[in-house]
Amino acid sequence: MQISLFITCFNDTLFPDTGRAMVKLLERLGHEVDFPFEQTCCGQMHYNTGYQEEAIPLVKRFVDVFGEAEAVVAPSASCVGMVKEFYPKVAALTDDEELKKGVEQMVPKVFELSQFLVDELGLQDVGAYYPHRVTYHPTCHSLRMIEVGDAPLILLRNVKGIDLVELPAAEECCGFGGTFAVKNADTSMAMLGDKIRHIKDTEAEVCAAVDNSCLMHIGGALSRQRSGVEPIHLAEILASTEDGGN
Amino acid sequence: MSGKSEKYHSPTFEESAKAYLANTQLRRNIGHATHTIRDKRAKAVGEMPDWEALREAGNQLKTRVMRHLDDYLLKLEDAVQEAGGKVHWARDANEANRIIVDLVKQQQVEEVVKVKSITTDEIGLNDALADEGIQALETDLAELIVQLAEDEPSHILVPAIHKNRAEIRELFRKKLDKDELGDKPEDLAEAARLYLRKKFLSAEVGISGANFAVAETGTVSVVESEGNGRMCTTLPKTLITVMGLEKTIPTWQDFEVFMQLLPRSATAERMNPYNSFWTGVTEGDGPQEFHLVLLDNGRTNVLADEVGRQTLNCIRCSACLNVCPVYERTGGHAYNSVYPGPIGAILTPQLKGLDDEGAASLPYASTLCGACYEVCPVKIDIPEVLVHLRGKIVDQKKRNGNLKQKMDEEHVGMKAMGSMFRSRSRYERAQRWARTGQKLFVKDGKISKLPGELSGWTAMRDLKPIPNQTFREWWRTRDE
Repeated sequence: MQISLFITCFNDTLFPDTGRAMVKLLERLGHEVDFPFEQTCCGQMHYNTGYQEEAIPLVKRFVDVFGEAEAVVAPSASCVGMVKEFYPKVAALTDDEELKKGVEQMVPKVFELSQFLVDELGLQDVGAYYPHRVTYHPTCHSLRMIEVGDAPLILLRNVKGIDLVELPAAEECCGFGGTFAVKNADTSMAMLGDKIRHIKDTEAEVCAAVDNSCLMHIGGALSRQRSGVEPIHLAEILASTEDGGN
Repeated sequence: MSGKSEKYHSPTFEESAKAYLANTQLRRNIGHATHTIRDKRAKAVGEMPDWEALREAGNQLKTRVMRHLDDYLLKLEDAVQEAGGKVHWARDANEANRIIVDLVKQQQVEEVVKVKSITTDEIGLNDALADEGIQALETDLAELIVQLAEDEPSHILVPAIHKNRAEIRELFRKKLDKDELGDKPEDLAEAARLYLRKKFLSAEVGISGANFAVAETGTVSVVESEGNGRMCTTLPKTLITVMGLEKTIPTWQDFEVFMQLLPRSATAERMNPYNSFWTGVTEGDGPQEFHLVLLDNGRTNVLADEVGRQTLNCIRCSACLNVCPVYERTGGHAYNSVYPGPIGAILTPQLKGLDDEGAASLPYASTLCGACYEVCPVKIDIPEVLVHLRGKIVDQKKRNGNLKQKMDEEHVGMKAMGSMFRSRSRYERAQRWARTGQKLFVKDGKISKLPGELSGWTAMRDLKPIPNQTFREWWRTRDE
């Protein structure tokens, strides 16, 4: 299958390793990956913060870039959630019938990575090897917005060598919330403190998730506390193999 | 929202939250209580194989009510009057208070007994009565605790959720003159019972809110756990009910849906212990005078907003408060609103208006985690309304904002980034600049201190520096 990579501005700039891992994984699974250079940002930050007018040109741009793709796959549940849940609402703010139609046709072709692998490709074992103790944090948008369900855990359970340990109170938000982390820093930190405690209780070496934004927030505190636990994107675990490492 | 507070700007959520987060007793009390109710609710809801269908039915019924509210309200008025009650329309808090105060004064009493009602808190009724020398006695156990402590409710359903048993015992010892009081729940309940029983027997006027009012029959309903509400609605000669317009439901049959949704979502019970229904007045039985005050107080403005109007579907179960990771930590007082938690964060700014700085801070008091939407028995998409309200706040800032607001870091940043993302070359240039610019802040391979608003990030979290190669730069090298 020809897969168009929606890298997301966040991962493009801050977490290129995740993108590289996705390319490696998808190619290993026999797919052809292309990367449209004209992509920038999906507009989630603007939309969620109330700058909805500013999101409109970004939605148009996204449809121009990805409208013709066979499948669009991203390493971020929240950016995919923006496209799937909110693009129709942004389009509805305009009188642009072409945009509304473009969004409607494109939305079913946009996938978060784990959902794409499990639900679309029907895979459970992607041939990964990762001999580490791992806990998994289900991000809010993966769980409650695009409803990936068990897909990430199914993939992780089939990783060779992995010691997967359940995270207590896993479904509770980590406190990131985009600009919330800065605007309501105190409340955000109170939430993060509990998430970190639960992660440390698992004695895992790494905490995996499908959103690097939440992981940046979680990882930032793990680093500040010199906890010895690292955040890692699911794609990087799935890309690791016995002979190639990651 | 109370009559007096019209010109008063409440403090912002972020200012208040800071103080409440530091209160260890409160953190412990609320954390424990919300987790307990949360788990019980999950169990009670889990018993219902048709829960999702019920939620959908609740949503559709309420949506229909909102669409035809004008009709249903007139029907309700007719039905109540037909049954011997009297209906009063109140545009705002002041009007409602004036109506109620006049009604109470006509009875020449100095004390009234009250059923727990957040709507009366919304309009500041107790203060309005006190101004006229009338004491309003709260009879719901939790409301009584809050009243005796001269405190404010911090939860819609469990107003004293922020207090633990030891604190309540201490309060009763002092205020109810019970030196020898034990600390078991039954000891505390007994002390309150002895105090309240006397009041019930002597009260001439009862005041209540309403959970539902049936347009078809004029029946008003209150559901509760203690039976104290039942005392207030049956013993006094005069009963005054104040109810938000949106509590109307079309027919008796609709109780089938709501009487399943509400108790399981609220107290995690299959049925409330006390379900009271009254239709006008009945000779020789119960109050001989019944007044229904229908309150707008901003509700018709909410109704006019196509996205926001779903907020009025709320049946005040509080399930959203109990699952909210923000509420769980800050408690209800941080919202500076009689409606705290996720529902308060969308209801209060719409009722009060976005000019109130405190109310306008509430839509940002959420990570948009979606836990509230998941449990809402009438499927109010709270995250959607939060984002919608943020949009209205930003639009207002763009149109009428002063220079300070327009020079605000976030506002300037959002505008700049909006322009940057519209062009690939500007975006790629910004990536390079950020990588160079960050060098000022990188120390030992991480960023631990940032200036301005971003200092909130580095207060507890390190930041990994932007790597030397973006993904697209790497992809380009791959193509070569």
